[in-house]
Amino acid sequence: MNEQPSTPAQELPPNAVDPDVAQAEDRRWTPGKIVLWAAISLLGAVAWSVLAISRGETINAIWFVFAAVCTYLVFYRFYAKYIENKIARPDDSRATPAEYNSNGRDFMPTDRRVLFGHHFAAIAGAGPLVGPVLAAQMGYLPGTIWIIVGVVFAGAVQDYLVLFFSMRRGGRSLGQMAREELGLIGGTAALIATLAIMIIIVAILALVVVNALGESAWGVYSVALTIPIALFMGCYLRFIRPGKVLEVSIIGFVLLLFAIISGRWVAESDLGSALFHLDRPVIAWSIIVYGFIAAILPVWLLLAPRDYLSTFMKIGVIGLLAVAIIIVRPTISVPAFSEYAGRADGPVVAGSLFPFLFVTIACGALSGFHALIASGTTPKMVEKEKQTRFLGYGGMLMESFVAIMALVAAISIDRGVYFAMNSAAASTGGTVESAVAFVNSLGLTGVHLTPNMLTDLAANVGEESIVSRTGGAPTLAVGIAHIMHQWFGGTAMMGFWYHFAIMFEALFILTAVDAGTRVARFMLQDTIGNFIPKFKDTSWRPGAWLCTAIMVAGWGYILILGVTDPLGGINTFFPLFGIANQLLAAIALAVVLAIVAKRGNFRYLWIVAVPLAFTAVITIWASWQKIFSPVAKVGYWAQHNSFKEALAQGKESFGTAQNVEAMEAVVRNTGVQGTLSIVFVVLSIIVIVAAIVATIRAYRAPGSAADTEDPRVESRIYAPSGIISSPAEKELQARWDEVPAEHRAALGGGH
Amino acid sequence: MAAALFPTVRRSLGKVRWYLEGMMGADAYRRYVAHHAATHPGCAAMSERQFWKDKYDWEERNPQGRCC
Repeated sequence: MNEQPSTPAQELPPNAVDPDVAQAEDRRWTPGKIVLWAAISLLGAVAWSVLAISRGETINAIWFVFAAVCTYLVFYRFYAKYIENKIARPDDSRATPAEYNSNGRDFMPTDRRVLFGHHFAAIAGAGPLVGPVLAAQMGYLPGTIWIIVGVVFAGAVQDYLVLFFSMRRGGRSLGQMAREELGLIGGTAALIATLAIMIIIVAILALVVVNALGESAWGVYSVALTIPIALFMGCYLRFIRPGKVLEVSIIGFVLLLFAIISGRWVAESDLGSALFHLDRPVIAWSIIVYGFIAAILPVWLLLAPRDYLSTFMKIGVIGLLAVAIIIVRPTISVPAFSEYAGRADGPVVAGSLFPFLFVTIACGALSGFHALIASGTTPKMVEKEKQTRFLGYGGMLMESFVAIMALVAAISIDRGVYFAMNSAAASTGGTVESAVAFVNSLGLTGVHLTPNMLTDLAANVGEESIVSRTGGAPTLAVGIAHIMHQWFGGTAMMGFWYHFAIMFEALFILTAVDAGTRVARFMLQDTIGNFIPKFKDTSWRPGAWLCTAIMVAGWGYILILGVTDPLGGINTFFPLFGIANQLLAAIALAVVLAIVAKRGNFRYLWIVAVPLAFTAVITIWASWQKIFSPVAKVGYWAQHNSFKEALAQGKESFGTAQNVEAMEAVVRNTGVQGTLSIVFVVLSIIVIVAAIVATIRAYRAPGSAADTEDPRVESRIYAPSGIISSPAEKELQARWDEVPAEHRAALGGGH
Repeated sequence: MAAALFPTVRRSLGKVRWYLEGMMGADAYRRYVAHHAATHPGCAAMSERQFWKDKYDWEERNPQGRCC
């Protein structure tokens, strides 16, 4: 060592609260703490009893909020802490990649509260808003239980542990970790599965937008206007005032409001409705063309500014909705379990509650896609290891709460209206009269739909018709408008709130489409680059354009199939989205399982193994039914074969398909869906088996597995772990605040 | 009363602004300058315009996924 008498490092206060002190603080139960947690638990228990046991005519939405928030708090405090102590075992004296790799760019220690918002904005999208709406056909209780119980035992555990283990590995991606932990076969299967799953997810999200904008001049106009608004913002940031992100976002937001408000005038004018009243296939093709152009345009011009706008809207709308639900406290008349909870022929999504509830609601309870954010982006910004519980587990709880709010919004509207909006056009016939006849013929208790209910609501939200507006987004928008107008603006404002909600979802989804295409293009270039090295050069234009085109063609093909599907598109394709997302979750949990096993921690392996087993069982079972079920409504191949047979017999129409062309379309679509189901499930089984093999190997020969963590570096910074600091944390923070800035460690500098 | 309230309001607005800027990455340049000053003292940092150009170029090569 050198002989310098004192370096700044020696003058620094400790880099972590003494673990024994922290432990003692956790275990010291003051009377105040006991009363607080007893009250939270009691309120949660009461709320759950009201939801589960009360069988009155109506129920107040506030109980959903209490049940959710109290459960989150209890599990965050106790179960997440247990996982921290038994599995993650963070060490705050260890520097995070953000500290030892700090580069002033993607590796940067970021304030935990800021990073929480950043992480949440990256994980929350349209998924938690759509799934719960569709699952509402089974009644409110199955969805509520799965969203809340699923998140605390599975979703948040996955996000937390993937974030933690990726952080210990310098922020490596899920694919790289799979390759390291599961070997070549498991790693390759995980990579292909990720790519395929990204394509299907982008396609289904785009389908949701198309369904929300189809035959809606107002919607098409205002969403289309977001493109020039984003381009303007991009140019403003590039040429006029670089770096003024907040300023330009506020300008953009005001322009966005104008786009929504002026939409009504446009839709009501002859020219406007002639220009913007578009059929679904036209919108689908526009999104495909847009998707390609957006993915090859410079980031600064379109993607980055729209991302600012989308983040701004996300925080605003979610905050607004939470406040509105608490203020309005809508009453809900949907039964706890509907007629469709025990049947497999629901008009919104087919399939029995077990397993299809669990794949219909993916995001919000357990979302594999989060593993891609929790590895890669966020771990490079974490300041302190112990913050991962707040960021990973806490961030996912927040997303779950968004899903609960979406569920509340969906069930606050009349049930008859709900089924008229969410049943496929093939069932409702597409007109008000036929939809009313269809919904009333379902024989649902308490449902008496009248034509006026549909026409009045359509007029109030400024749409021509709300019959068969499938995909979840329009229903959620009606629900949000229904809640918001009671708080603010009355019936006259319903059209604004409806289109505000549509805009908000469309923004998320377009950003996800564009970003997803870019990420997928890089993955594809990297893969092709193994055979044709030129493709590894991502700035090589022909390669970039070709790979972008391949990716757009991939999701575009599925999108067109969905839009033109005679059986209703979203109703048959959505299960694929859920299954794909949950299988990705199974892959992420499998990687975590192998890592925990290699650490020699078998006693607490169940914390990961139980949610892995659960998601593996439900998704493999759901895939099995989609592949092998003899019931045509459920099984893709059963449907495929029955239509094929009908065609062979020379029939001119079959089921809901009115002509030979539609019958051929069903045969083709079910063939694609069935094939994708097989591909997903086979890849996932390979990954899970590889993880189990790695686990058993680690059990048989403890300590033989190579350590894949980055080497330990002593930390030279300090920050508290969560949102509320403990006395010991406050005391240490105060000592750090006294250290003059020039004495604090210079971060990184390795370049 | 109003005069006493003013600094409090200003402080909270400042906090909101700090939070939003951090979340949306608007503070990237400020943080880069701080990082640069700490690691490369005496060496000139990029101008704000140049920094953002560089940042978006980097994002072009390193796309970040957005969730569903």
